[in-house]
Amino acid sequence: MDALEIARWQFGITTVYHFMMVPLTIGLGLVVAVMQTMWHRTGKPEYLRMTKFWGKLFLINFIMGVATGIVQEFQFGMAWSEYSRFVGDVFGAPLAMEALLAFFVESTFLGLWIFGWKQLKPGVHLACLWIAVIGSVFSAYFIIVANSWMQHPVGVEMINGRPVMTDAWAVFTNNTALVAVPHTIFGALAVAGAFLLGIAWYHLWRRRHDGIDTIGADGKVVPGEAAIPGRDRTDHAVWIRSLRIGAVVAMISFAGTAITGDLQGKLMFEQQPMKMAAAEAACHDGTGFSILSIGNVGSKNCDDIVALIEVPGILSFLAKGDFTTEVKGVNSLIDQYKADYGTNLPDNPIYGERAGQEIQYVPVMEVTYWGFRMMIGFGGLAALAALVALWVTRSGTVPASRGLMRLAVFGILAPFGANAAGWIFTEMGRQPFVVAPNPDPSGIDQVFMFTAAAVSPGVSAGELMTSLVVLTAVYAVLLVVEVKLLVKYIRGGVVAAMPELAHVPADENEDATPKGGGPGKPGDADDVLAFAY
Amino acid sequence: MDLLPTIWFIAIAVLWTGYLFLEGFDLGVGMLMKGFARNNTERRVLLNTIGPVWDGNEVWLLTAGGATFAAFPLWYASLFSALYLPLLLVLVALIFRAVSFEYRGKVDNPRWRARWDWAISLGSLVAAFGIGAALGLTTTGLPLNANGDREGGPFAWFSAYAVLGGLAVVGFSLLHGLAFLALKTDGDVRHRARRWFVRLLPVLLLPIAGWAISLQLLSGEVWTVLAVVAAVVAAVLAWNFARTGAEGRAFLSLGAFLLLGSVSIFGAAFPVVLPSTLNPDFNLTISNASSSDYTLGLMSIVACIGLPLVLAYQAWTYWVFRRRVSDAHIPEAHSFLPAIAAKALAPKD
Repeated sequence: MDALEIARWQFGITTVYHFMMVPLTIGLGLVVAVMQTMWHRTGKPEYLRMTKFWGKLFLINFIMGVATGIVQEFQFGMAWSEYSRFVGDVFGAPLAMEALLAFFVESTFLGLWIFGWKQLKPGVHLACLWIAVIGSVFSAYFIIVANSWMQHPVGVEMINGRPVMTDAWAVFTNNTALVAVPHTIFGALAVAGAFLLGIAWYHLWRRRHDGIDTIGADGKVVPGEAAIPGRDRTDHAVWIRSLRIGAVVAMISFAGTAITGDLQGKLMFEQQPMKMAAAEAACHDGTGFSILSIGNVGSKNCDDIVALIEVPGILSFLAKGDFTTEVKGVNSLIDQYKADYGTNLPDNPIYGERAGQEIQYVPVMEVTYWGFRMMIGFGGLAALAALVALWVTRSGTVPASRGLMRLAVFGILAPFGANAAGWIFTEMGRQPFVVAPNPDPSGIDQVFMFTAAAVSPGVSAGELMTSLVVLTAVYAVLLVVEVKLLVKYIRGGVVAAMPELAHVPADENEDATPKGGGPGKPGDADDVLAFAY
Repeated sequence: MDLLPTIWFIAIAVLWTGYLFLEGFDLGVGMLMKGFARNNTERRVLLNTIGPVWDGNEVWLLTAGGATFAAFPLWYASLFSALYLPLLLVLVALIFRAVSFEYRGKVDNPRWRARWDWAISLGSLVAAFGIGAALGLTTTGLPLNANGDREGGPFAWFSAYAVLGGLAVVGFSLLHGLAFLALKTDGDVRHRARRWFVRLLPVLLLPIAGWAISLQLLSGEVWTVLAVVAAVVAAVLAWNFARTGAEGRAFLSLGAFLLLGSVSIFGAAFPVVLPSTLNPDFNLTISNASSSDYTLGLMSIVACIGLPLVLAYQAWTYWVFRRRVSDAHIPEAHSFLPAIAAKALAPKD
């Protein structure tokens, strides 16, 4: 592999990894904020327990998103210095704004939330979480504005060979970003939904398995108590409510991703027609959407690809909103791209050994075709599972089947898969460009950049390989640690996140959990810390 | 007239100074987890002084990096790619350090804790050294060609200035961490931190003084030399305040030292943001490395709104957590039996 390929692998691995932590942070953050709001309003102990339990898992995951996020910002300059030089005038601004206007808010107010259970008034404490969560949504917005500019450059003029921002409003209201932001947020909520569903299912199943909850004669659950801290009737309420919240969130977010994804498809058809064709592995023009194509989908030879199951008209609907518009296949697009952007890479030293080579305008179609389908498939699977879950838990608990429980836990992975597949599709589908040309009449023609020109010329393949190996190894180790900790705290149940539940109250009048009365006053100044590392 | 690039040069100097002032003490406290703290309770005291704030402090680094990208893309691209391997080390150090804070107390096991303690301590040390080396080199120069790319291979950046800059930030952070602990803790830790501060100040500030003075020799002006003199006065004041037990004033005086030191260093470097050691014609300056006036203007508006807000709510955080932390505040180690395993141990009805 040469420097360019290593740098691309590194960017892909670190970004996909980072984007496993991020959606869980955004989605779970929103859900925990709602739970704490419910506690604040009703004072019901189950909402406090839910806030503490899911909040604990949220924090274990949050820190990984933070730690791997720094790599993302540094990587542009380290491995992609030519890219940074080319786009800096317009691309740096949203990144700087993300740090200054969003990430500062998120980090600072989350610190207040984690440590401020006693120091802050309950309303202020709750507000801190909401502010942090809203910060994370703004964070997503700024990053997607930056990414969308690479997909669909707007608001610039070419001056001395570099795009220079002339219209910030156009950059920050790029239609590509305006549909990608809600798509991403719904994608994040889908992750949180399946996460709640799977884990709550496990605990409900465990309560049945341990004989705590039983099914009464009317077919409804009879929640029981065990003489173990945290395994009382309230515990049952914690899990069934979490499960239902999770299922509803999963279904709403699937609907949200479908609607916003449809809008994205229509923009993609106009803005990046080659990506659309590659998503379909369509070599010829057509209207049908392939459910399953076999043969060599990477081939531009139409005889190599057989669409086994194809729904006529659907591709046109995805692209244009009707059933008849012909969507161009890769073969008809190649000539157009060659005419517009050249047949060979320029003879410029910036391209290294690739200078003068023929340009491959078709992305890796195995990846785009299957990436597109995995995104939709995993997303749909998670929503279907949520619907089934709501149906089978109408008795107030889950079936005693161990297999179903395992399926529900395993299902946590589906939305992660959908998110990863979607990003891999959209980023690989943009190749060979790192900044895709904007074909609008309003677009500026020269504003595009081949990925081959973007890598740091001064950085050796050896350095890149070192960092690829080191970062991948570190990430792998930390993934094991994170998952182990998550599993430990998940199995521990609510009491793992609320050790006060396990303490025998010294005074009989003093219960460890606030009863009915809702959030208490800020604690005594001489107390031990409410939360401490 | 390079008005906007000049403003942004100052803004980035402010961001780096803010970063070193804030994360400086949490890097220092991190390093002190080994060697200074004597037992697990003391380590937890240390951790909980910075627990609520370290993440907010670290965002100053991201903001400094992001602002450099937005305002001086050529500076960002050349500096970060030239320092590829040292910045990789910084990243790995910051990753382990961040994760350690959160994960250290999650398993009640001395071996587990000891591992994360090393990660915090070494992570803080390596991060401080790497960032210091990068800052040192951006003022003294790297072997850059006409395109701004590094010549001479992966280790061409290595020089005495890299070591000096690295030691400067390590030394300052350690001292700043001691000043912070003296201010934020009570009991034995507080007094020991103050004693160490008084004893170690001259040694720990030596490298940063060396960096500031060598820059004055390279490209100093009268006012930047005066800033060095003022910084030395601030250091002496800090030492004296600490000796007499005025911990708050010692901390602030050390902050003034950092501010004056930054003025002298960035002031002497101006208007060059990254010199080339190969040919002065290849120097990156505020004029040839900056973004357009439009982008800088936009960023100026954003910074005028964003930065005061950040300062306000971060100051509020420090107010909320203003209490000193001592052994007595540390709750018992939180060891739990998973509810599910506990079932087996529970008495049968």
